[in-house]
Amino acid sequence: MQTKIYIFFCFCLFCTIGFSQNTVSGKITTQQGLPLSGSHVHIGTKTVSSDVSGNYLIKRLPKGNVKVYVSFIGFQAIDTLVNLAGDQVLNFALKENAAQLQEVIIRQKANTLNKSLLEQKIKTETIEKFSNQTLGDILKEIAGVSSMKTGSSVVKPVINGLFGSRIPVINNNVRLEDQQWGTEHAPNFDVNAAGKITVIKGASGLQYGGDAVGGLIVIEPISVKRDTLFGKTILNLASNGRGGSISSSLHKGNDKGWSWNALGTFKYSGDREAPDYVLSNSGNREANFSGDIKFTGKKYDVSGYYSFYNTTIGILSASHIGNVNDLYNAIKNKVPWAVYDFTYDINNPKQKVQHHLAKLNYNYYFDQTASLAVQYSFQFNKRLEFDVRRGNFNNLAALDLALTTHAINIDYKKTVHDWSLKSGFNGSFQNNFANPATEIRPLIPNFDRIEFGTYGIVNYDISDSFSVDAGLRYDFSQVQATKFYFKSRWDERGYNSEFADFIVGEQGNQWLAKPSFTFHNISASTGFHKEFGQDLHWYTNVSLATRNPNPSEFFSDGLHHSTGVIELGDIALDKEQAVKLSTTLQKKWTAFSVEFNPFINSIRNFMFLRPVGFEKNNRGSFPVWEYQQTNARLAGVDVQTHWKINNQWQHDFALAYVNGRDLTNNEFLIDIPPLNLSNKIQFAKTEWNDLKLELKSEMIMRQNQFPDNNFITNIIVNNELTEVLVDISTPPPAYQLLHFYSEMKFKTFGKSNTTIAFSVQNILNTNYRDYLNRQRFFADEMGRNFQIQLKFNY
Amino acid sequence: MKNSKILALALLSVFTFSSCNNDDPIAVNEEEVITTVTTTLISGNQTVTMTSRDLDGDGPNTPVVTVSGDLLVNTTYSGAVSFLNESVTPVDNITDEIKAEGVEHQLFFQAPAAIGTFTYADADSNNKPIGLAFTLKTGTAAATGNIVVILRHEPLKSADGVSSGSITNAGGATDAQITYPVQVK
Repeated sequence: MQTKIYIFFCFCLFCTIGFSQNTVSGKITTQQGLPLSGSHVHIGTKTVSSDVSGNYLIKRLPKGNVKVYVSFIGFQAIDTLVNLAGDQVLNFALKENAAQLQEVIIRQKANTLNKSLLEQKIKTETIEKFSNQTLGDILKEIAGVSSMKTGSSVVKPVINGLFGSRIPVINNNVRLEDQQWGTEHAPNFDVNAAGKITVIKGASGLQYGGDAVGGLIVIEPISVKRDTLFGKTILNLASNGRGGSISSSLHKGNDKGWSWNALGTFKYSGDREAPDYVLSNSGNREANFSGDIKFTGKKYDVSGYYSFYNTTIGILSASHIGNVNDLYNAIKNKVPWAVYDFTYDINNPKQKVQHHLAKLNYNYYFDQTASLAVQYSFQFNKRLEFDVRRGNFNNLAALDLALTTHAINIDYKKTVHDWSLKSGFNGSFQNNFANPATEIRPLIPNFDRIEFGTYGIVNYDISDSFSVDAGLRYDFSQVQATKFYFKSRWDERGYNSEFADFIVGEQGNQWLAKPSFTFHNISASTGFHKEFGQDLHWYTNVSLATRNPNPSEFFSDGLHHSTGVIELGDIALDKEQAVKLSTTLQKKWTAFSVEFNPFINSIRNFMFLRPVGFEKNNRGSFPVWEYQQTNARLAGVDVQTHWKINNQWQHDFALAYVNGRDLTNNEFLIDIPPLNLSNKIQFAKTEWNDLKLELKSEMIMRQNQFPDNNFITNIIVNNELTEVLVDISTPPPAYQLLHFYSEMKFKTFGKSNTTIAFSVQNILNTNYRDYLNRQRFFADEMGRNFQIQLKFNY
Repeated sequence: MKNSKILALALLSVFTFSSCNNDDPIAVNEEEVITTVTTTLISGNQTVTMTSRDLDGDGPNTPVVTVSGDLLVNTTYSGAVSFLNESVTPVDNITDEIKAEGVEHQLFFQAPAAIGTFTYADADSNNKPIGLAFTLKTGTAAATGNIVVILRHEPLKSADGVSSGSITNAGGATDAQITYPVQVK
């Protein structure tokens, strides 16, 4: 079987003539001389397992001291250094482990197959700082990642200028399905459940899907491999919003047998406040639970995981508008028309979102270099959006979507000598149900989607300092939707010539259509990682991603209340294909390190909203934007530096710039994050209870590269209709924010300790608006916020 | 092997769930859509009916605006506005809902002074105008222009000038905005 898989990967065989250096071979036995087949032998950077007679062979090893690690379950591992001067025979006799307590199972690191792309990681201690905030807020810690917001609590990550469906979020090896196609929909995820977050700024994470045009976010939960039980509670109090959060978790780790984790989080906040006024109806609530239980056997482990995310988010009252005159007034007046006293109450408009995720995992370890993982996952998303409506309709959701997803993933991993291979298959079934009881035509129709995908990724270490990787993926996708179209809309869209077959029925002035689409997609990734000495790394990766139109791109059909724009999908849209070239140079000196990452992303058939005209109804006149396709190019650079000035002082700098062009229409792309710079200076003193003081400055420049989507409308001035320009295009001015963070650690009793943190966001109470906030037309961003965090480890 | 059992279970559940196909959906009854706004102006035995009808709501068709006749100079008309949803059967009269929730609604009438001036002729429970009933005193000379009727949801009725018909400080969200071309002669 292994040979077959090996052959399967031959498509990406690299013709290489080995740098013939030293060869080490030998035999692994018990102390009684019995061969140990399948034992793990790790020398230098290479890993093999012994054959049936216990023999192994590792070629092309460098001269000098190399690390040797030999292990077999039930035996004491050997961990030593060997000085290689030529070809050598090393035999090992392993000692049986009577107590069987010291076993260490070496697992391949989960997501490091793409060595050609430098992954950006966020560690637990940073995640804990953001315990009271959202995933989108945390990810801004990484250069090149910004956020697209709707108000203060709906935050979507933007990687190198792209967001939404172009950035899949993988939580605990499950691709989060959460109506991510809507811009007002943030990832349904409790940040407290993350142990580590990885951002891949490209489509090279092929094991997760081939459509990551913008990049990938991979979240891994906290997992404990040693036998221990510990808990953690984080309490946050925030002055802005006069609320806070509490998150408590218990972790039972084990190297063998049962282990489990449980986590509960509760967040509560009232209206946020801008420097000059209350942001009425911007409160939120969140109650989350997640837990898992795992049994680890000798050659396998089985685990079950469940998480529940439940939130209610108030949407700024002043952002509810009826027509473009209201929008014009909002932009002109600069102050929200609805400012009330502070309250904890959440009124309409609001969102109520629930997300259930359950999964079962089975991992089987053939030996220490090969493993098979089988996973079944189930997701259920319920989204209710309440709008300001007349009478009893106020209690009826204006949008009521239920999205159900079943998925199976089978992944096989193998490490052989200089090769690591990963290949797998996944299948999923998804159903979306738009409840007609809302008595509003749903933005997103009912649909069924079936998908299959298969991939292979291979990494080959040509030498100790040079490795290449390549991957290929095929995806099949079939979507069948059921939607009512106004006959007038169907004709206006010109669907009759091409899509008349989709019509299956008629009700009054509407057609019932069943559009159905099938896609066959190829995605690929390849690249290399070269090390020049110990301190200079060069990563280069090229990836091809293919993304199908999402439901909003296909089917949007109506008025978008917060922008006063009629958005129209197009069932004639084709898939979008992106080729991203990304290269990173990483240089480390003793006290200073720098990472320089330019990229260029060429996207064919890039889907975007483009203004096309106006439509009138009894509410007034509305600009119409439709989804169109163009050839786009995003190019930019991310820079990060770290300077350890001395034992106490550190400085971090990050810069991100991206330029987005619509090549077909020779325009700039909309919603591209402006140039931003961040500087952080940190003082730390271990002797003073691990004191840490941080001052951070965020500089966000004005975006000068934007398309002109302004339009003219008629408003009434002195009882006469007068033409005015509605300026929805001009980005807000540049702004600078200062933030402060401090913490100290105290030993309480026994092994437990307490961390107290005090922080201030927006110290100067600066008034500002952000180009990427959908509510920038209506209100300023949040003002100063004092926050106290208590963290107990026990 | 446990492996295959789990796989089988997972596959089974996928096919069980996927087999429950949804029946054809029901077309949504859009209960709140205002398809028809009728403004009636009566003076003695003259009735002028102005209508804006848009049966496809947010669809691409433009509302059809009709005005039954010209207004007379220097005349006081008593006016009424009605809102209907004609996309459902039976036709839904939204006027009654607006009246019942008078506190949360207000109509605004805008026209050049030469056309005439408007005065509210009704009140909500807080004694603030709603605007479903009004009077129009036409100008003294012949004129051509537009009468704009705006329905605001949740306006700030206590804001400066709002109860006397000025929309400037009203805020709220526009539920209807109709422009009727008229002639006074």
